[in-house]
Amino acid sequence: MDFSIASILLLDGLTNGAVYALLGLATVLVFAVTRVIFIPQGEFVTYGALTLAILQTGQVPGTVWLLMLLALLAALAESLQSWRRHPSLGGATVAGLKVLAPPLAIALVTLWAAPLQFSLLVQAALSVGIVTCFGPLVYRLAYQSLADASSLVLLIVSVGVHFTLTGLGLLFFGAEGFRNPPFWDARFGLGALNLSGQAIIVALACTALMVLLWLFFERTLYGKALRATAVNRLGARLMGISSQSAGQLTLAMAALIGALSGLLIGPTTTVFYDSGFLIGLKGFVAAVIGGLASYPGAALGALLVGVIEAFGSFWASAFKEVIVFTLILPVLLWRSLTSGHSGEEH
Amino acid sequence: MRRQAWGLWALGAAVLLLAALPVPEFWITQLNYIGLSGLAVLGLILLTGIGGLTSFGQAAFVGIGAYTSAWLTVHTGLSPWLTLFIGVGLTAISAVALGWLTLRMSGHYLPLATLAWGLSLYYLMGNLDALGKYDGILDVPGLSLWGWQLGQGRVFFMLTWGLVLLSSVGLLRLLDSRVGRAMRALKTGSQMAESMGVDTLRFKIGIFVLSAMLASVSGWLYAHFQRAVNPSPFSVHAGIEYLFMAVLGGAGHVWGAITGATLTKLMADQLQVLLPRLLGSSGSFETIVFGVLLVLTLKYAPEGIWAFVDRKLPKPPRRIDWQNAAALAQRAKPATGEVVLQARALRKTFGGLLAVNDITFDVRAGQIVGLIGPNGAGKSTTFNLITGVLGLSGGEVIFRGANIGGLPSREIAKRGISRTFQHVKMIADMTVLENVALGAHLRGHKGVASAMLRLDRAEEQALLREAEVQLRRVGMGEQLHELAGNLAMGPQRLLEIARALCNDPALLLLDEPAAGLRHKEKQALIGVLRQLKAEGLSILLVEHDMDLVMDVSDRIVVMEFGTRLIEGTPEEIQASPAVRAAYLGTEH
Repeated sequence: MDFSIASILLLDGLTNGAVYALLGLATVLVFAVTRVIFIPQGEFVTYGALTLAILQTGQVPGTVWLLMLLALLAALAESLQSWRRHPSLGGATVAGLKVLAPPLAIALVTLWAAPLQFSLLVQAALSVGIVTCFGPLVYRLAYQSLADASSLVLLIVSVGVHFTLTGLGLLFFGAEGFRNPPFWDARFGLGALNLSGQAIIVALACTALMVLLWLFFERTLYGKALRATAVNRLGARLMGISSQSAGQLTLAMAALIGALSGLLIGPTTTVFYDSGFLIGLKGFVAAVIGGLASYPGAALGALLVGVIEAFGSFWASAFKEVIVFTLILPVLLWRSLTSGHSGEEH
Repeated sequence: MRRQAWGLWALGAAVLLLAALPVPEFWITQLNYIGLSGLAVLGLILLTGIGGLTSFGQAAFVGIGAYTSAWLTVHTGLSPWLTLFIGVGLTAISAVALGWLTLRMSGHYLPLATLAWGLSLYYLMGNLDALGKYDGILDVPGLSLWGWQLGQGRVFFMLTWGLVLLSSVGLLRLLDSRVGRAMRALKTGSQMAESMGVDTLRFKIGIFVLSAMLASVSGWLYAHFQRAVNPSPFSVHAGIEYLFMAVLGGAGHVWGAITGATLTKLMADQLQVLLPRLLGSSGSFETIVFGVLLVLTLKYAPEGIWAFVDRKLPKPPRRIDWQNAAALAQRAKPATGEVVLQARALRKTFGGLLAVNDITFDVRAGQIVGLIGPNGAGKSTTFNLITGVLGLSGGEVIFRGANIGGLPSREIAKRGISRTFQHVKMIADMTVLENVALGAHLRGHKGVASAMLRLDRAEEQALLREAEVQLRRVGMGEQLHELAGNLAMGPQRLLEIARALCNDPALLLLDEPAAGLRHKEKQALIGVLRQLKAEGLSILLVEHDMDLVMDVSDRIVVMEFGTRLIEGTPEEIQASPAVRAAYLGTEH
């Protein structure tokens, strides 16, 4: 290996690592606020990339129908809950409509826009919009009523959601993979280094998103409310922060991050209906490196995962995944030696 | 117990009968697959339903068992009966390593580690030339006994289901034993179990290894049933499917394993035909249904399908077979008046906060010492320093002449200090008697193997006898067979005292035993405390209820803002203006 190969691999690794970092951040965020280990994070990535791919062909992606179905179910659940608390027809209708309206609007716009084949950016925005709506709906339907269950139960729910979403992915997108067109197909020669426009976009988008997240948590009331919920759910509830809306907001952010990650990797690799699982899990490895608690730790861990993966695929391409996922063992060794025994977090 | 034995014989007979009847080969094959899954799911029942841990790596352990046996029998010609043990051994080693790495930390790391590890194992199997890459290993020999082939039909069916039933019985026996109670205590958090002397880390690793070994046996059977192995049945998704079976069947019940495996297999068969026809394209769409069903089960039937059957089953009280059991050996007790516990300048800081500041007091044998003080005075922290829940920042705890400061809870329990909890910690789905017998954990020694083989019965009877004796001592002799979860607050507190007494302590530490009690229950508690004191036990009591403390204590230590305000007899304390000021404030 000479310097130029090494620098190409490094760049490649960092680009992928940046996406894993986003997913790692989402994982840490969801875990902190809701105690849910959110295995389906990767499905949002797939859904984002493949919804765009289907829109590119001028068809209506299946995710639109799923969105309408989930919105309807969630609206029914919400109406029912409102009726039980306070049996008034108006109240129940309003409660249901509030849940139904935003996803339905996006779904209808997509139905209208799909055959018109707008520009790539419009289609990308629609894809992100659709997938982001899945976040709160998934939380409402799968997790909300179990919010006080043990984290073991929540983890198993996650697995169920992952199974469902993957199966639906196969139904909507088929077994064949898609590769999206790049957002910017320029190339820059920097000495031996060949920088692609897509890599620049990934770097810029990831940095921008992280800065936005930071601003959100530091500067906005909603962000502070989420942080409060992460520190102490009961305490936050007593301060008037509904843990339900905190959960929905968090999952909306996770879905948004997932969808954006999907758009970012879509042009660099072929995405299949089940690719998200592995991609999401690499974000998980990163989150575990950060101890499931530290955002900078997760981000650095993700860059490490990306670089190791890039070099791994150069030296032993067949064992790329083995290397990345075995990496978690020494990390756990280090974690368990530094953290000591703690068994009371039930 | 008798009834259960009948049920087992009936199941065994059913297996034989099915093999003998002209059941179509198709169903025998189906039942073989169900049995294979059932074995792996049984392991998850132990891990998830009993121990409150979970793993997505169950399929990977099945894979280790299958691949080890397949490779060895094909390439070295070893007998499958030998490779079974090699496979199980390898599985156990990897499980110990994974468990040791993850189980010291909080509960999320095990599932995450098994997820990652299961994935890497899958890709390893799929990419290693020696293991035949994704094609796997073909022409694996079938099982044979003295040259006689067991085949893939009825004989194999009897072997598989024989193993399933044996493992189920072994598990049932295990759960109804000294080690079983310790395992069931893991779910409630480690603090209670540790203070009963249970090494929770060892037990967690133990059940993880045990569950992996069951999976490995299933893999061995699978390899010699299929006569071929490839990576796909050992993927992480297969691991998740095992978890699905456990949850659907009922993770808390041993029979949930077979229930879940059967239902899932039957459903999968139907769905694999129905869904592609319905949806108009081919693919494994049953995962959609399984996923939705998993969430619905957790929401609406969190105990699984078997729970509905279990509720209908008669539950006769445990047969009392321990009247003639030998009494357990008792430790030498300190003579009345001897100093049992010396707290010497105990100090605890949390960051900049000084929670306990040089607290010093003695407890003598046969004395009840009350530790009181307004909220936030540091009573509970002091209590936790003595019981080893918190580490000391300074000072010494001397118990019967030895410094026990800084020892872990279970070591302190071993030396003869027993405790109760401010918020009652018990296992709600065990009977009162079994809960109390957990307190005698340190007075028995039998392990997992003897529990499964029922070689532990003499010791078990002695432990249960002790539990009954202690329950009668606190006046709960009539509620032995009640489920602990059905008790009112008062009896729950007494249960904790009886459990603590089972450890044959020289010093009993009670953390707010009267909290939440009604007047009658409080009177009963006072009676019990007086009686224990009369029997020569020393007690340290942290309590808010002034009447109770003044009533039973010989000496009282008053704390305020982490420091010792005053120590004296109840009369002296009641007369002290400083105490009155601490509780009620001073007039200006």
